Amino acid sequence: MAERCAVIGVGQTKYDAKRIDVSMPGLLREAALRALEDAELTWSDIDAVVIGKAPDTFEGMMYPENYLADGLGATGKPLLRVHTAGSVGGSTANVAASLVQAGIHDRVLTVSWEKQSESNAMWGLTLSPPFSVAVVAGAGGFFAPLVRTYMHRSKAPEDTGILVALKDRRNALKNPYAHLQMPDVTYEAIRDSFMLWDPIRYLESCPSSDGACAMVLAKEALAERTPRKPAWVMATSMRSEPVQFAKRDAVNPMAGRLAAKDLYSKAGIKDPRKEIDCIECYVPFSWFEPMWMETMGFADEGEGWKLTHDGTTALDGARPVNMSGGVLSSNPIGASGMCRYAEAANQVRGEAGEHQVDGAKVALGHAYGGGSQYFAMALFGSAKP
Amino acid sequence: MRDVAIVSFAQSNAESEIRSEVEILQPVAAEAVAKSGLARNEIEFTCSGSSDWLQGQPFAFVMALDAVGSWPPIVESHVEQDGAWALYEAWVKIQTGEVESALIYAFGKTSPGDIAQVQALQLDPYCVTPLWPDLDSLSAIQARACIDAGVVSERQMAEVAARALAAGRDNPHAVRKEAAAVDALLARPYRVTPLRDHDCPANSDGATAMVIVAGDRARQLCERPVWIRGIDHRIDPPALGVRDLTRIPSAALCAEKAGASRDKLDFAEVTAPYSHQEILLRRELGLGSDALVNPSGGSLAAHTLMSCGLNRIGDAAMRIAAGKGDRALAHAGQGPCLQQNLVVVLEGE
Repeated sequence: MAERCAVIGVGQTKYDAKRIDVSMPGLLREAALRALEDAELTWSDIDAVVIGKAPDTFEGMMYPENYLADGLGATGKPLLRVHTAGSVGGSTANVAASLVQAGIHDRVLTVSWEKQSESNAMWGLTLSPPFSVAVVAGAGGFFAPLVRTYMHRSKAPEDTGILVALKDRRNALKNPYAHLQMPDVTYEAIRDSFMLWDPIRYLESCPSSDGACAMVLAKEALAERTPRKPAWVMATSMRSEPVQFAKRDAVNPMAGRLAAKDLYSKAGIKDPRKEIDCIECYVPFSWFEPMWMETMGFADEGEGWKLTHDGTTALDGARPVNMSGGVLSSNPIGASGMCRYAEAANQVRGEAGEHQVDGAKVALGHAYGGGSQYFAMALFGSAKP
Repeated sequence: MRDVAIVSFAQSNAESEIRSEVEILQPVAAEAVAKSGLARNEIEFTCSGSSDWLQGQPFAFVMALDAVGSWPPIVESHVEQDGAWALYEAWVKIQTGEVESALIYAFGKTSPGDIAQVQALQLDPYCVTPLWPDLDSLSAIQARACIDAGVVSERQMAEVAARALAAGRDNPHAVRKEAAAVDALLARPYRVTPLRDHDCPANSDGATAMVIVAGDRARQLCERPVWIRGIDHRIDPPALGVRDLTRIPSAALCAEKAGASRDKLDFAEVTAPYSHQEILLRRELGLGSDALVNPSGGSLAAHTLMSCGLNRIGDAAMRIAAGKGDRALAHAGQGPCLQQNLVVVLEGE
């Protein structure tokens, strides 16, 4: 790539079920202003804005960039709107980074969000479309069979999902932005929570959240002069594959494996297990942690669950996963991918607060979407690549 | 910036389609790929534009992956905007040096839904959308403001429509085509004053696909690559009460940033869903009153929401490729009263 790019500012809203204290522009501005303040910049320092969110049916708006243009300080500027299903928070940041890497802009603001309380995500997902069969089960109904298949293939202990949920819910207690704060959560409480989509229990599932996440990206010369430590973008990657066909393995998707391989190759990572310090990945249902560990090469096939059981993925483990509490603790769908990137970037900046991993130098941000078919990833480093 | 050329383009032609979006798109994408001279798996990036609202389901664009070929997995992205913005994202991707070719596509099918109601969803969701103003009415307010300011007249609008309808007769993709005198058009009834039917977009269903390739590879692939010499997009504020509706400052800014005025333009293809907007765009984009605008017939001859902007760019590129001009401006616009705009400056080899 022509230009180096770094994250120089990160901002997030408090995630909650219903942010009725703010309008949609109010929500986005809360995140965007925090990112600008983090970078000690103002709106006029920004050359272009890239926004992303999941389906517009979730808020009942078409072309939301029209309405949000001046709220995001984008009047007279380029404003691009990305939508790649659940991976959108990640791919939006990738597109924003490409504007800097291509040498087109010096500083780009990227914002993603979901304000699920404006509409009803379940309604948004269960429309009866022409020519197609409606998925009337929500996302959990789609993913439960994949989890069941993983359990069958890997022979993982049945409580792997419970352990992941327990870890992420405890991590969330250290993250003031996290939606779910469950100080009294126990193994038993998760085990005994009701079965939503067998084998996925209620407390092994993500919440529906309102929230926004923002990042300011800058070219090398500006990143070097920024007040706080930048997170250098070592590499980004995206891959997509079709929803359904016989050759496809939806449990360990080829698109996910190729995106990870491409990411490591671009960043010069030879052994991700040795060279990556922590991972923030998109786990809306707890069993996806071991699944993605295998897809991204942190464990051999069928062995991802061992990383949960032996404590490797714990906050004080050898390679922590979802230090922020992850999607299990906050899920503003369209922003969830960017929240992963923001956490990964903050880890290498040393700005992750109470959930900081000591000495994190290389962190991976991961997002996926659709029927486990859209993948967006980025690697952030504390050192200039 | 790396030189990037449009090497192939294809579009469907129908007013109202029985086929699904995937079925409409598949042959169009296949045609663009075949004409590019590249095999599908040689094209390194794929980017599309569409709107979930037209299909009436979330993640509607996901199905399109089946139509364009996505196995083995592809490097792919999507904008919930007109395909012209997907072209922009693809052009940026090539500029990063990561890829040297891209397939861009867009599709829209407005016939199954109530497009007036759907398009009201792009306004302020708290204060304006609940009133359900349709785009014809908002554009009529803009046309009225322009007439009152002396910027356009109803006769000039009818002249634009007469040219578009006549041009539609030579365009196999046009759905509205007619030889009509200006006076005859002016005698027709209003739809929403001061707009008559022919002043409003000729809504149609369809899909569009394009292949772009960088540098010498483009020269190897086609006789006369059409180079993207400049591309830029900008947005104006949303509140109609804030904007001077007789001006489109973001369109003027894109034309300037894209370097439109650096040399003579032989013609322009612009996205003007309403006739008065072509007159406004001529002024904002620096096109003279005698400049050749929309030889394709534009949106008054065929307006496929989500792909019409990419269509204008493709139409302009194919006209240059055919030797009917060397340098052209192509424009895409979306949003109420053309709030958001994109300009591409194209040059033949």
